[in-house]
Amino acid sequence: MAASTLTAGPTAPAAPVVVTTKRPVPPGRIAANVLFGVLGAVVFVCSAFPVYWMVSSSFLPTNLVRATVPTFFPGSDFTVDNYVRAVTDDTRADFLPALQTSLTVTFLTLVAALVIAFLASVAIGRYRFRGRKQFIVAILVVQMIPGEAMLLTYFQLIDGWGMLNMVFGLTILYVAMVLPFTVWTLRGFVTAVPVELEEAAMIDGCSRTRAFWKVTFPLLAPGLVSTGVFAFIQAWNEFVLALVIMSRPESMTLPVWLRTFQQATKATDYGALMAGSVLVAIPVIVFFLFVQGRMTGGLVSGAVKG
Amino acid sequence: MTTTPAAPKAPPEAFVRPPQELRTKKSSPFPYALLTPALAVLAVLVAWPILKLLVTSFQEYGRAQAFGAPPEWVGLDNYVEVLTSGEFYAVLARSVGFMVVAVVLTMTLGTLVALLMIRLGKAMRMLVTVGLLLAWAMPALSTVMVWGWMFDTRYGVVNYLLTQVTGSDWAGHSWLIEPLSFFLVLGLIVVWMGVPFIAFTMYAGLTQVPVETLEASQLDGANARQRFFQIQVPFVRSIIIVLIVLSVIWDLRVFAQVYALQGIGGLYEKTSTLGVWIYQKGTASGDFGFAAAAAVVMVFIMLLISLYYVRQTLKEDD
Repeated sequence: MAASTLTAGPTAPAAPVVVTTKRPVPPGRIAANVLFGVLGAVVFVCSAFPVYWMVSSSFLPTNLVRATVPTFFPGSDFTVDNYVRAVTDDTRADFLPALQTSLTVTFLTLVAALVIAFLASVAIGRYRFRGRKQFIVAILVVQMIPGEAMLLTYFQLIDGWGMLNMVFGLTILYVAMVLPFTVWTLRGFVTAVPVELEEAAMIDGCSRTRAFWKVTFPLLAPGLVSTGVFAFIQAWNEFVLALVIMSRPESMTLPVWLRTFQQATKATDYGALMAGSVLVAIPVIVFFLFVQGRMTGGLVSGAVKG
Repeated sequence: MTTTPAAPKAPPEAFVRPPQELRTKKSSPFPYALLTPALAVLAVLVAWPILKLLVTSFQEYGRAQAFGAPPEWVGLDNYVEVLTSGEFYAVLARSVGFMVVAVVLTMTLGTLVALLMIRLGKAMRMLVTVGLLLAWAMPALSTVMVWGWMFDTRYGVVNYLLTQVTGSDWAGHSWLIEPLSFFLVLGLIVVWMGVPFIAFTMYAGLTQVPVETLEASQLDGANARQRFFQIQVPFVRSIIIVLIVLSVIWDLRVFAQVYALQGIGGLYEKTSTLGVWIYQKGTASGDFGFAAAAAVVMVFIMLLISLYYVRQTLKEDD
């Protein structure tokens, strides 16, 4: 501020000159910018409206949810009744056990997948060995196998091991589900850490293991975090396997629990269903915003080069 | 087993710098030790189930076998039954038809949104990014429930808005009891969920097109359309192909959305896509052999489509 007041005097006369040398924006350009602005607003409304509608409906009293003229903003009718009903209604499966199952399965999947994938990614990212290429091909191919086609086989398999409706049974399936992409992603982070750093530490007297833990591992931490978040989101959102493996009301996960709002015998309580949907969606949306910067860069840089 | 369309990717340097290795002896068993847990998981939970699926597909495996009777080998009978049944082709045609429309719409809209984001100012671009992220982050089941609610017959906001806009009475219109409008709603859901990933990836790719090249072509008199098709598209060609392959696979595999939407609308037979149909065949009729053969056919189709993606991704490794 002080600097500009000091220089204001001498530069003031020059100001009109600056304005005239600036080419005026052609009217067509302005019209185009307005058009793009409007289109941007349309894109925003189209993508955000369903999310807004879910949240907005979840705070409406039942008489306004079931009204021929919908309410677009809860305003003074704001209520949390729907949340209370969603969580406490005992004609359906209970919320808290489902939350507990979801949290447990997701957490175990996350930890197991990260440990296993980390070891494998170090192997293929840091070493050349016989069978390396085959392993990478296997990882990529496995990712493309439609698990949906194999639901019955998974059911038989888990049933045969006596692990239906057990957290462990679902967890091992989830670990297998997220493993290929966690390995592949972590491998990218491993190769991005210069091996010279590790070698320098070894020249300074570190053992190889120590050099890895003290130098390379801290640099991999961001990779582990964002890979972990994605493993979390996949396991948290998964619906189909959970539907088949965890069919008992007391062992359902949250997405399966969400489906119990729809019953053949009575009208769906949409207010409570939207409250439930919000509860399931919140952790994912929070984590998504958390890692959003890292999501697409790699696919692009790899593909442009090829 | 739906793959999140958003596997995080490593920083770009990963692909710029050639893969490095510690100077280890070639015969070191260490990397194999590191791979053992991953290999064990894949062997027990992927290779073994696939083997089991293959075996079942050659067997008569019905209710009796589920209760302990030894399965009977029937050779290729299940496959013959699948490949000669009109139902299989009807479901396949339905799935492929839906996939084609969904992929074309998702790719077109995603690309247009990416081009729009390039033109927008900082504030508007942020707004669009937030909207897309919200759509992207929604769990599949929550999404289906919300759209089901918006398209509700009596109290849905869509019927209300349509009545206001068109003037004719849409109140009481059921969207999910007729196959065509069922697929319209399903398509909206799938496209809504799919556009953000395409838009973000295309945006990231298009912003890497050198500005100098675009400016030079502009001076040479190329209009926006020519610049798009003759400079930007060729530059991001391999991204586009990978995105198309991934979308094709995801939209053919669509399961949770179909299944949950069927639960809302109550229309099952005429709306099942491949995965759902196989599942219903197996559970409803208890004919696991038939379902297994159909599943093998589906896995085979998927792997065939993904060959290109696997090859393209392997290139990154070299």
